Amino acid sequence: MNHLDKLENKSIHILREAYANFKNLCMLWSVGKDSTVLLWLARKAFFGHVPFPLVHIDTHFKIPEMIEYRDRLALEWGLDMIYGENREALEKKLTYPDGNVSRLECCRLLKTEALKNTLNGKWPRYRLNHEKKCYEPDTNTEPFTGVIVGVRADEEGSRSKERYFSPRDKNSDWDIGDQPPEFWGQFKTDFAPGTHLRIHPLLDWTELDIWEYIKRENIPTVSLYYDRGDGKRYRSLGCWPCTFPVESNAKTVDDIIYELKSGKFANIAERSGRAQDKEDGGGLEELRKGGYM
Amino acid sequence: MENGEPIFNRRDLINKQDMNIVIVGHVDHGKSTVIGRLLADTNSLPEGKLEQVKEICRRNSKPFEYAFLLDALKDEQAQGITIDTARCFFQTEKRNYIIIDAPGHIEFLKNMITGAARAEAALLVIDASEGIQENSRRHGFMLSMLGIKQVCVLVNKMDLVGYGEKPFRRIERQYRRFLKKVDVEPVCFIPISAREGDNVANHSDKMSWYKGMNVLEVLDSFKSEELPEDKPFRMPVQDVYKFTRGGDNRRIIAGTIETGKISVGDEVIFYPSGKRTRIKSIEGFNRPPVTEIGAGWATGFTVTEQIYVKRGELMCKADELKPKVTGRMLVNLFWLGKNPLVKGKDYYLKLGTAKVSMRVEEIRNVIDASSLVSKKKEQVDRNEVAECILSLDRHIAFDLTADIANTSRFVIVDEYEISGGGIVISDLEDQTSWVRDKVLMRNYKWIGSEISAETRALKYGHGAALILITGEKQSPRKELGRALEKQLFDDGKLVYYLGMGSVMYGVDADLMDHELIVPSRQEHIRRLTEVAHIMLDAGMIFIISARELTAEDYNVICTGIPHEKITVIWVGEEKTTDIPVTIHISSIENIDECVRMIRKRINL
Repeated sequence: MNHLDKLENKSIHILREAYANFKNLCMLWSVGKDSTVLLWLARKAFFGHVPFPLVHIDTHFKIPEMIEYRDRLALEWGLDMIYGENREALEKKLTYPDGNVSRLECCRLLKTEALKNTLNGKWPRYRLNHEKKCYEPDTNTEPFTGVIVGVRADEEGSRSKERYFSPRDKNSDWDIGDQPPEFWGQFKTDFAPGTHLRIHPLLDWTELDIWEYIKRENIPTVSLYYDRGDGKRYRSLGCWPCTFPVESNAKTVDDIIYELKSGKFANIAERSGRAQDKEDGGGLEELRKGGYM
Repeated sequence: MENGEPIFNRRDLINKQDMNIVIVGHVDHGKSTVIGRLLADTNSLPEGKLEQVKEICRRNSKPFEYAFLLDALKDEQAQGITIDTARCFFQTEKRNYIIIDAPGHIEFLKNMITGAARAEAALLVIDASEGIQENSRRHGFMLSMLGIKQVCVLVNKMDLVGYGEKPFRRIERQYRRFLKKVDVEPVCFIPISAREGDNVANHSDKMSWYKGMNVLEVLDSFKSEELPEDKPFRMPVQDVYKFTRGGDNRRIIAGTIETGKISVGDEVIFYPSGKRTRIKSIEGFNRPPVTEIGAGWATGFTVTEQIYVKRGELMCKADELKPKVTGRMLVNLFWLGKNPLVKGKDYYLKLGTAKVSMRVEEIRNVIDASSLVSKKKEQVDRNEVAECILSLDRHIAFDLTADIANTSRFVIVDEYEISGGGIVISDLEDQTSWVRDKVLMRNYKWIGSEISAETRALKYGHGAALILITGEKQSPRKELGRALEKQLFDDGKLVYYLGMGSVMYGVDADLMDHELIVPSRQEHIRRLTEVAHIMLDAGMIFIISARELTAEDYNVICTGIPHEKITVIWVGEEKTTDIPVTIHISSIENIDECVRMIRKRINL
């Protein structure tokens, strides 16, 4: 059993524990490389099926290729696909690209708030109709009590403090100082009414592991990760106004692995292309306490 | 630099082994300094980081310390170099190491255990000048409970005791004595000064009296944990999947293999039910088919017989060591909860994938994890270790820690929180031991049908169910049972009503007129259960009425029939026994209304 096998088996075990313990379970899919690996692991855990809905928060500032890729895979793999959004903020133009709020406030409104209210069922959710190949308002408004998320401990400091099964209270708050113990493959699966758990099967993976695994399993990824002729590629995907491509000639998964292992990115943090991380110290930790991914 | 490639990045996750090491010890005994030193001496730091931190120290006129490196790295949060407060990566020629930094404060014992439980080996740091402290001992005890076999003790700050052999040997002697008591065999003791770099990555000439390994050498000498494939096969059943989408007909029993290995064609038994079948296939997605699989794999099987098994059972191989099956056990546990562990309160016990309500029957003794002094107490407080007898509401399958450690480990949930953990020392007899062996044998010998329970349910339009109607002597149990049967029958359900009396003078005729045998209520109940088992296997809704059933009777019935298939209805104004009741009907003036209500509640 090699390093990737170990990671894979642990993640599958966690996914199955989540599925066994939650009636209202969903998985967040940002369509980035990590959550796509997570989706692939779910197909492995459930032998080709994904027995829970995938939730995507559409900020409406995502790069168009991302949405195309999302819907193409959803139809191809028979995924139960749901998206949510912050309609009000978008209509009132309370966004950073509209010039009315800061980057962090924009993240809070379009991602955190939209996510919170999509998960708790208070705002409209849209579900993919596979026959008509379009999204329709979701009639099910039950809150999701278990939410599977593809965060990795190596992404940045606040994520490194996460547990595999991480409790959130009624306001989606995260108490970093008092987290449940985890040992012997046992996780927190009991929780008070009104609260929910975030489940993190990818916690132990690094960026390099993700790419090595994508290569091994031949997982389809968004074209934005690769240099398509202009000497630039995205190392991490987000909204276009705040996520910038890096200078790179990596055209294939192998090129990316080389870059990370011994090339130009061997010692440069992955999220260095993300503007919102730099707005102020501890910004992400604060966002995450409030429910940000 | 070599060929323009940074030398600090030698992570090779695919070809090198990885190993998780936990570093524990009392506060201020130097854990961060040891880690800082290891990172620095193995060139695992980002370029210029060491110089940068030294420069900051110089400008602020404070002496440089290796522990500052960790703080600097935490701030930097650079990917792939160091991660956080909890984990640091570094490499030797042999391995990729992840060092898990376990908090030293006692209030973080919870975090220490979370970190240490992932480790294959431990470094335990003791300050040479301060000597063995409370947490030095407590952590040693915890490592033992967690089952970490490879422990190396670093006696740090040797510079403060003049690099003398005597203070080192004294600590070694004292601490060896302690570790022996908690059953830990240390790999070695190393005298070091993390601050000065003595015996971390070199052999210090300041301690020529020490001839053993340095820290880096001892790390590379730790053995990578072998997957326990040589033990008997054990797989806690995580779930049984039947995803019909896209015409998928597979019924897959899924789980992660704890120990042993298994092949297609092997005979398996599930415990506690005792059901038996053979492996038909090993299932997977996006990988070539295999015919053998072993410890560590999260996998799934299809089987040849259509048996009903569920999450919480333990899959074992028929020709290997049997697990223990009971509802009472003697355990060693440690307690982390804010509230003490007390007798009489309801908790959950989680072992493998089994989860069952439990109570503490007896607290035999409580041990102070630091002093190892044991005393008689009525409760187990936070951070204490205790020997207890636990009484479970249902029996489960497990192993003793001496046989297979993996499947002897459990946690205890107190009001939503995992508040303790422990290992099973021995299995004890419980109330239903006498009947369980019979049920195990029945299940083992049972000849399965070609027709699965699911197929029957699909044909009949409902699953099998057992409805127990009980109540006081004068209560109209029989009337209710017959009315319920009639309505369900009229609705086209496969249903049958049987009164206790019908069983007693039929199935139990030998018990009733045998002059030498005192009619045993428990044997009546056992036989009733066996009749019910046949009816349920046939896919029936089976209604039984019996007078004043008790919790003890109910436990016997649950031994033979899965508890989730049973509904208990109590008829009568007051409940006069301790049987757990699903539906209480105090008056049946309008019997049709009662029947409607019952059907609504149980969805039939």
